[in-house]
Amino acid sequence: MPNFEAGKFDVIVVGAGHAGVEAALAAAKMGAKTLVLTINLDMIAFMPCNPSIGGPAKGIVVREIDALGGAMGKVIDKTHIQMRMLNTGKGPAVRALRAQADKVLYQNEMKRLLEEQENLTIHQAVVEELLVEDEKVVGLITQVGAVYRAETVVITTGTFLRGEIIIGDLKYSSGPNNQQPSIKLADSIRNLGFDLVRFKTGTPPRVNSKTVDYSKTEIQPGDDVPRAFSFETTEFIMDQLPCWLTYTSEKTHQIINDNLHLSPMYSGMIKGTGPRYCPSIEDKVVRFSDKPRHQIFLEPEGRNTREVYVQGLSTSLPEHVQRQLIASVPGLEKAEMMRAGYAIEYDAMVPTQLWPTLETKKIKNLYTAGQINGTSGYEEAAGQGLMAGINAALRVLKKEEKVLSRSDAYIGVLIDDLVTKGTNEPYRLLTSRAEYRLLLRHDNADLRLLEMGYTIGLVSQERYDKFVAKKKRVEDELVRLRTLFIKPNETTQELIRSVEGSELKDGIRAADLLKRTEMHYDLVAELAPSEVELSLEEKEQVEIQVKYEGYIEKSLQQVEKLKKMEDKKIPDQLDYDAISGIATEAKQKLKQVRPLSIAQASRISGVNPADISILLIYIEQGKIAKITG
Amino acid sequence: MEFDTIAAISTPLGEGAIAIVRISGANALPIANKIFRSPNQKDLLNQASHTIHYGHLVDPKTNEVVEEVMLSLMKGPKTFTREDVIEINCHGGLVSVNRVLQLILINGARLAEPGEFTKRAFLNGRIDLSQAEAVMDLIRAKTDKAMNVALGQMDGRLSRLIKTLRQALLETLAQVEVNIDYPEYDDVEEMTLPLMIDKCTWVRDEIDKLLITSSQGKILREGLSTAIIGRPNVGKSSLLNSLIQENKAIVTDIAGTTRDIIEEYVNVRGVPLKLVDTAGIRETEDIVERIGVEKSRQVLKEADLLLLVLNNAEQLTEEDLRLFEAIEGMDCIIIINKTDLPTAIDMDEVNRLAGDKRIVTTSLLQEEGVDELEEAIASLFFEGSIEASDLTYVSNARHISLLHLAKATVTDAIEAAHNEVPVDMIQIDVTRTWEILGEIVGDTVEESLIDQLFAQFCLGK
Ligand SMILES: Cc1cc2nc3c(=O)[nH]c(=O)nc-3n(C[C@H](O)[C@H](O)[C@H](O)COP(=O)(O)OP(=O)(O)OC[C@H]3O[C@@H](n4cnc5c(N)ncnc54)[C@H](O)[C@@H]3O)c2cc1C
Ligand SMILES: Nc1nc2c(ncn2[C@@H]2O[C@H](COP(=O)(O)OP(=O)(O)OP(=O)(O)O)[C@@H](O)[C@H]2O)c(=O)[nH]1
Ligand SMILES: [Mg+2]
Repeated sequence: MPNFEAGKFDVIVVGAGHAGVEAALAAAKMGAKTLVLTINLDMIAFMPCNPSIGGPAKGIVVREIDALGGAMGKVIDKTHIQMRMLNTGKGPAVRALRAQADKVLYQNEMKRLLEEQENLTIHQAVVEELLVEDEKVVGLITQVGAVYRAETVVITTGTFLRGEIIIGDLKYSSGPNNQQPSIKLADSIRNLGFDLVRFKTGTPPRVNSKTVDYSKTEIQPGDDVPRAFSFETTEFIMDQLPCWLTYTSEKTHQIINDNLHLSPMYSGMIKGTGPRYCPSIEDKVVRFSDKPRHQIFLEPEGRNTREVYVQGLSTSLPEHVQRQLIASVPGLEKAEMMRAGYAIEYDAMVPTQLWPTLETKKIKNLYTAGQINGTSGYEEAAGQGLMAGINAALRVLKKEEKVLSRSDAYIGVLIDDLVTKGTNEPYRLLTSRAEYRLLLRHDNADLRLLEMGYTIGLVSQERYDKFVAKKKRVEDELVRLRTLFIKPNETTQELIRSVEGSELKDGIRAADLLKRTEMHYDLVAELAPSEVELSLEEKEQVEIQVKYEGYIEKSLQQVEKLKKMEDKKIPDQLDYDAISGIATEAKQKLKQVRPLSIAQASRISGVNPADISILLIYIEQGKIAKITG
Repeated sequence: MEFDTIAAISTPLGEGAIAIVRISGANALPIANKIFRSPNQKDLLNQASHTIHYGHLVDPKTNEVVEEVMLSLMKGPKTFTREDVIEINCHGGLVSVNRVLQLILINGARLAEPGEFTKRAFLNGRIDLSQAEAVMDLIRAKTDKAMNVALGQMDGRLSRLIKTLRQALLETLAQVEVNIDYPEYDDVEEMTLPLMIDKCTWVRDEIDKLLITSSQGKILREGLSTAIIGRPNVGKSSLLNSLIQENKAIVTDIAGTTRDIIEEYVNVRGVPLKLVDTAGIRETEDIVERIGVEKSRQVLKEADLLLLVLNNAEQLTEEDLRLFEAIEGMDCIIIINKTDLPTAIDMDEVNRLAGDKRIVTTSLLQEEGVDELEEAIASLFFEGSIEASDLTYVSNARHISLLHLAKATVTDAIEAAHNEVPVDMIQIDVTRTWEILGEIVGDTVEESLIDQLFAQFCLGK
């Protein structure tokens, strides 16, 4: 087939999964002429696994995406069937929102956003080859021979690269959910000299709701207060659908044990590395054999479908065994399986081949984002997609690139972990990966990131003005509470008694009173009314900042240290071989990762403090040499 | 460039009895001021640069006097590191120097990394470019050496105990994390505040026990009491000298040496010894004859370890045999000295008398066999066969200061739990404790928390 010239763009995004859509929307919004190519336009922002967005760490990522001007939060706010705030009984740092999505609505809404976005062209196509000149990407070719030229290219092909679906002893070439896989593109990437690894993930079967006996399960309703991911959402969906909880039975475990020899996981057929945090049910039963039962959540896939996702039953056992498994779960005895669960293997990039901007080190102007970088999860993909899109556009606009630090955002933690440490299993965000998680909260995502979203042009002036006003009200209120004195008069004592606090002996600053466990902003405000009425969000902000001041201060001090180390830049072309004192293992790692700062270097495993000291001296030496002549 | 404040024992290797603890950094003066009391209540912050002050170091928490010292105060930039520097000269032994260092570390300084003073000197422009290479080599060399020393000083029991504490903390952390990251899992026990308090209190108590062994334990306060015994002229004093010689960097004489027996403190491969040479007594009268076997048993009983020296060039005598009787049932190493001279001693007989006691041959004159002797002492100690060492042994200043830090952070966690701070915040202090303990055993890989999480709990879709 003869090739033909099909167009010239600033940014081309390959793939319209969760990474691709954010990348494309961001680039286009920032003013870059953008093209997004994807295999199937009906599968934009498709969720191949659970119909759910958010949760601990991930939910905070969605808030961060929103603060930076991304789409995920707004779209799920419009298309969820249920929302819950998790960890409300714990500290503010780990509170997180989770939504059950109406999968099809989510896809449609995202598709519409893309269609309406200015500067953005959408086209259905299978990309087969990247065009590279002088180690710089210049465009790509699709299956039909269309040649698109571009200044930058962002690849977000998820689990499609040489994807293979496995069910029992059946194995065939496929993308997720029987979509067309990407084989030639995988070859093209490999031929450019990139290292790829083989990863694996899986999904449970789906059943038909009308065949489920819900009387044997427990209901799991959403919150009855309005919730939203986006700071801009003003309309809340209050008509929610519940999820349902049931458990595996002894029989389930028996069936698994009897059929283990049929599991591709144990027969050695699956070679890819699966994530430990998403074990299949066979894994769970084998590894935790003393557990009598495991939880199974039944999650509706949407409002206009009867299909139900069986959370907890991820498996790649043969279909006839899957049917038995389902029938062994209370409530699912008569359930009709609509789709079988499966495992999927795919190629992923070794992410240490990327700069923190997600540009590849080898090929200039080429970015990768999402599951192709070894992560797993819609939110992880979206966060990367957004940053890759931003940086690809900034490159075109000839502006300075943007990198989020570990103390800025979970997205920063995610990307830094990937490009600095790499990963040997599909990477999922966990709150414990963030050393400054007290600073990376759900409630303050806008305070952390909105400024940046505004600067790069993803946040509107109107929203920014609102934000500035909010910020000022919070700051003013903090100052007021920290200076205002509350007298130990009868009103005060009475109020304290009413919440079983110990009475005041002396006057106390309002902020100090608020620090008491039993105190809340509204109570303190009763004693010391504010002139301006704060919004719920603002009150929460004030309360958190006062109550956890000590801990926040500690974290900030650590961040201070981190910043100093981040400010110590390492020249890009540093010849590590020329530094005699650095240990051999450390040298190899440094050469591979090519850290940009001393802070990043010190996070590479195998690089110890002595190596860092020596590196630091070597760099200083270079500087002195330059100054002195 | 701006740095935090560091401290370390900086008595150069191979120098005399006085130990110097050096502090460098912006907070050097305030830290010193917190712990230093001069007879006329001087405020160090108001003193001129390059002055020397006499006084005592006092623990500000307990007001307990730790050490009598001379303190040199030098303000940057006219110092080695170009930062404010305090040097504390203390005439105490290993133990006191360690205590001084700990006091400084607890009051806000960080223990310096190997070669860090020099590194600062360089980075602050004190050392010129031509010396940079040397600085890097120095850091490399010192790090390697420090690593070996640290490993060498790590008693098996201590490291096992620390690992147990860390594992307990890790399980607690994993449980908190799983509650946070998988809130919907109902079969995972909730890490409640009372549970947290229990776990943390246990850890704190264990750390406390360790600290007690370090500050009050017999071993560390005095060193393992080690008597060198033997007939006149077999080489007892030579042995003492060579042990001191070999370990000179950490040798100090204790105040008031005018005693009837000579005591020397040395640190042999991580084992602190109080060496008792019985020579002084012999000069007037033979020990064995003077106090008789019964009495000498008494003296010897107070020793944790005996070093019995025999002369290779002479036959065994009646006195030797009586000494063998006296050491019956005690921890003892037999040293056959003067192997450079023709053998006259009946080795078969010695072997028989020694039973399962270890025998080491030396020629102290030619400096042979001392390594082997040191090795024998260390292995006796670390294998736990020396009776008096039933306490887990913590002597390394770094370990002690880290234990203090760990105790402080775990105490913060307990206090916070009592104040009903949310578990995930208390987690910050628990994690820190776990990291600090990890520094003691040289292991702070953060992935291990995530590993633990998925090993301990059954999670996922
Ligand atoms: C079976 C399965 C189970 C999963 N289970 C979980 C789970 O339990 N938990 C979890 O967090 N995550 C899970 N995931 C992962 C989650 O779905 C992904 O991480 C997320 O969707 C990745 O987003 P992405 O944008 O990187 O890729 P995708 O959403 O996969 O999007 C890839 C896009 O690239 C397009 N594309 C691919 N190749 C080409 C080409 N050559 N030319 C043009 N377009 C192309 C595709 O059409 C698609 O639009 C699972 C995924 C699968 C497949
Ligand atoms: N040839 C030889 N002479 C040695 C050796 N060790 C010590 N001597 C000599 O033996 C003599 C006695 O050594 P000391 O160390 O004083 O012996 P001691 O046991 O302390 O003697 P008293 O204190 O008198 O009991 C000195 O002249 C030493 O130089 C050795 O290994 N070989
Ligand atoms: Mg003598």
